[in-house]
Amino acid sequence: MNRSTYILTAIVVLLFIVSWTLKAVSLSGEVDDNITRGFLITISAFLTLAIFSFLYKDNPFYKFAEHLFVGVSAAFWMCQGFWSTLVGNLFPRLSEGLSNFFMVPYQYSPYNITYWIPVILGLLLLMRLSSKAGWLSRWPLAFIVGTTAGLNFIRYLRSDFVVQVSSTFVPLLGNESHPWTGIGDFFSHLSLSASGQFMMILANWIIFLGVICGLIYFFFSKEHKGVFGFASRIGIWVLMITFGASFGYTVMGRISLLVGRLTFLFRDWLEIIS
Amino acid sequence: MGIFDKLMKLDRRWVFLLLAVVCVWSYVVPFDIPIRTEPESEAIYSFIDSLPPGDIVFIAIDYDPNNLAELHPMTYAVVEHCWRKELKVIFTALSQNGPGMADQAIRDISDSLLVDKVYNGVEFKGREIIRGKDYCFLGYKPYYALIILGMGQDFRLPFPTDYYGTPLDSVEMMKGVINYDQVACVIDLSGGSITDAWISYGQGRFNFPLALGLTGVMTAQYYPYLGSGQIFGIMGGLLGAAQYEEMADNPGRAKEGMRVQLFAHLVIIFFIVVGNIGYFVTRYRQKKQKEVS
Repeated sequence: MNRSTYILTAIVVLLFIVSWTLKAVSLSGEVDDNITRGFLITISAFLTLAIFSFLYKDNPFYKFAEHLFVGVSAAFWMCQGFWSTLVGNLFPRLSEGLSNFFMVPYQYSPYNITYWIPVILGLLLLMRLSSKAGWLSRWPLAFIVGTTAGLNFIRYLRSDFVVQVSSTFVPLLGNESHPWTGIGDFFSHLSLSASGQFMMILANWIIFLGVICGLIYFFFSKEHKGVFGFASRIGIWVLMITFGASFGYTVMGRISLLVGRLTFLFRDWLEIIS
Repeated sequence: MGIFDKLMKLDRRWVFLLLAVVCVWSYVVPFDIPIRTEPESEAIYSFIDSLPPGDIVFIAIDYDPNNLAELHPMTYAVVEHCWRKELKVIFTALSQNGPGMADQAIRDISDSLLVDKVYNGVEFKGREIIRGKDYCFLGYKPYYALIILGMGQDFRLPFPTDYYGTPLDSVEMMKGVINYDQVACVIDLSGGSITDAWISYGQGRFNFPLALGLTGVMTAQYYPYLGSGQIFGIMGGLLGAAQYEEMADNPGRAKEGMRVQLFAHLVIIFFIVVGNIGYFVTRYRQKKQKEVS
């Protein structure tokens, strides 16, 4: 570290202490633990600004905030996993002594013996840490992969395949609410209303052609030339519009996160807005 | 070097700076912008608005603090609407980092119900929201897919007690409430893959009306489920929350945030257009130079 880094760090520490003091003073009439609350709000603001500082360039404050986040997250997840999975679900079904130790009610059942199976599989998974017995961890992994594949197979087959395919079988001229009664009727009642027959037919044709052309784009057993190539190019356009919509929503999502941080900085920390 | 060459070599930090200035300005200076509602969020509002008092709505607060900015306004708007309509609410938080945040939100919304307010010209008297009578917070349990399946049989299987340790049989509003059959609808406010489990393991298996409140990043990929009728409504990101606030006549953080969204998008569109013009002009000039040489 050079001299300018020391000076910058000293300034940041000084600003932190000033902010903490001012925040604690401003909270003194509102809450009992104003010093702790003042510290927590100040450290939140400091970490937010430290992360934002990466937009200028990489720096030690950003690194500190990033490493702190990773470390705290890992520790939090591990504690949550221990208390919710092992203490919450497993120990009350394994042993009365363990349940009493962790102060959770013992849940007796004659089938509790089956809960030793996940214990054994869990221990086998940890064998990965051993160079000699590492191969044993493949058995629980195989179990995890097998059950996950089985569960997801049914899930995708129904909700993401059968239902999605059937929902693309749309009527191209009329449906129950707008039955097709001939071209004369269609033109005499022509309307651009979103709930009208014309818009319904247009939407259904877009779904039909979009799905067909999208599928053609991914069909590589035939050269994309002529009519087939034209449909393939339409398929690319459909995909691009989809990605564009997704990107638009992503931009909105990211700006929303910025709004969240601005709300914190200007309302909770600086108290500029009410 | 021409202006377009300069634009092509513009340091990205200038873009960040301009975006930051515009965002801060549009956030700090208050003004209203019109919010146009869409059918997918109107469907959720209308569904809840049409329920008679005493019906139960299941709200899954399945997001972490990192999605708080987008999804918290939805939670506030939907739950406040439910309670103003005197509906009962069952909450879960199946995301590991969510329960404490969800509990805080429930307390905040309960506080806001204490005062008289007028929504859409109808006056609602302030009332105390009572735990166990107006809502039941089931809390968090790991392995959300199995929990969603378990709740389809009996809420007591995965959650013998609520978040505060009260046995479900002792919770007043849970008497006679066994599973999703007693629930008018499920609204999943989610920032992750839990939504997939609600669609496939929840709605797919137990066939209850399901609506989604999603982060902006996720929204586009869940529209096919709306078209297929697997879900009856979607609130997409902060815009979805703002639309709900608009319909409920309950302006909050989402409507405030849409001011920033408007101007931030204008800045981004401006740079996209200018960047593309710069790219095509530079490419045209390079082509010309090659032809000359």
